[in-house]
Amino acid sequence: MKRFFDAELETFRSQLILMGETAIEQVRGAMKALVESDPKLADRVIADDNRLDKLEVEIDDEAVRYMNLRAPIASDLRLVIVGMKASHDLERVGDEATSIAKRAIRLSAEPPLKPYIDLPAMATMAMEMLRDALDCFLQVDEAKAIAICKRDADVDKLNRQLYRELTSFMVEKPETISRAIELMFISKSVERIADHATNIAEEMIYLSHGKDVRHSDEVKKVPGS
Amino acid sequence: MVSLRLPETPVMPSARFPAPMETNQPKTAVPPAATNKSAGTPGAPIIDIENLDFYYGQNRALDGITLQIQEKKVTAFIGPSGCGKSTLLRCLNRMNDLIDDTRIGRGTVRIHQVDIYQPDVDVIELRKRVGMVFQKSNPFPKSIYENITYGLRIAGVNNRSQLGEVVERSLRGAALWDEVKDRLHDSGLGLSGGQQQRLCIARAIAVEPEIILMDEPCSALDPIATAKVEELIHELKRKYTIVIVTHNMQQAARVSDRTAFFYLGKLIEYDATRTIFMNPANPQTEAYVAGRFG
Repeated sequence: MKRFFDAELETFRSQLILMGETAIEQVRGAMKALVESDPKLADRVIADDNRLDKLEVEIDDEAVRYMNLRAPIASDLRLVIVGMKASHDLERVGDEATSIAKRAIRLSAEPPLKPYIDLPAMATMAMEMLRDALDCFLQVDEAKAIAICKRDADVDKLNRQLYRELTSFMVEKPETISRAIELMFISKSVERIADHATNIAEEMIYLSHGKDVRHSDEVKKVPGS
Repeated sequence: MVSLRLPETPVMPSARFPAPMETNQPKTAVPPAATNKSAGTPGAPIIDIENLDFYYGQNRALDGITLQIQEKKVTAFIGPSGCGKSTLLRCLNRMNDLIDDTRIGRGTVRIHQVDIYQPDVDVIELRKRVGMVFQKSNPFPKSIYENITYGLRIAGVNNRSQLGEVVERSLRGAALWDEVKDRLHDSGLGLSGGQQQRLCIARAIAVEPEIILMDEPCSALDPIATAKVEELIHELKRKYTIVIVTHNMQQAARVSDRTAFFYLGKLIEYDATRTIFMNPANPQTEAYVAGRFG
């Protein structure tokens, strides 16, 4: 039997998906600003971060309201709890995108160390992980969600590789230190975005199956990575 | 007038209903909504209770109650047993007049700015405009059709076509039409508990009230029937002002727009339901809604 307040849960779910789409757009914009040396685009990304902040507050407020007034149980309760956690992860993704944008502005003042290939590739992987995790809001596929967690290992590997490369640059050419450090931080931000995508994937498994897979062997990364 | 002593949770006496009172004195009618400046405006005050005291004998059951009920909103009265919420509900359509040795000590109850306790108020008309649904559903021992048309027939409406329209409109309004349209001449007592309660609601809305009072309307119903009545309340508030007494706090949270918490005859807190359940100002309110009272 449909209840009059079921529409509130659907709106809640839609708000989360909107927040996810917005977060992905922010990351995409920040990376584009870096690759194309576009400080104006970077400024827009920084300014738009408040959209994600506002959505986080709205989603959390609605979650608390719904729990108070509707007393949800079972999967409805899990949706509300997961929503609160996911909104926090997505807000942090937005903060990482802002951080990338700020560094892109600083880097745009100097020529790039080398063509940007690895960083955009890493960012694409992280955004795809985020996209796949958000798709689980519409239809959960446990295997797909677990695969997202394992893909995080590839992003970590790229991050470490980039770290080694940039370290070599700094040793060989001290004049590149400031740019290299900025790029290291950007790489770290992308790696954190992938971590947040992993968190959301784990939350989707909890939402659909009531199973908490955090820190479990199921989602542990490939050994040695 | 028949004098009855009603129990704490009133059960409507069955089967004997007074005919409209014959009197030579002109009655004061509560002005219809159309003449009221705030008519039809959801959220505007429609019932104004000011500093009301009510007594059962020497016992003061309500103490200085002041609150406004908003039009086309659902207002819930909550509080522990004996706090006065049902007593206050019955004050709104003078059902307490039917109980021996009761009186208003001081204060007023105004509907559309008319004091309903003025001596010359037409109480029958008042109870038509302010209908009531009770905890234990009380369909008349008549057919479904006759349950709905009873009030209209008493008022002198006999046109079959008109009565038929009202029956369908009222049963649709109570979300019962589809379930009973093929058996309107079956006894109302043959319906399930939830259907009987919706029949009582249909009976109340047949006479086109403005306000519907509900005294724990779901406490005798199973969860599915309760859900159906709650859905109905959600629909009905588009057209009617609803005041509901309930012991079920989750129900109050689900269906109401505003909630009043009472304790020992006093109004402790009255605010938007969201505020009462999420961030009440009074620690007593918080203790009650959190289940830590007593």
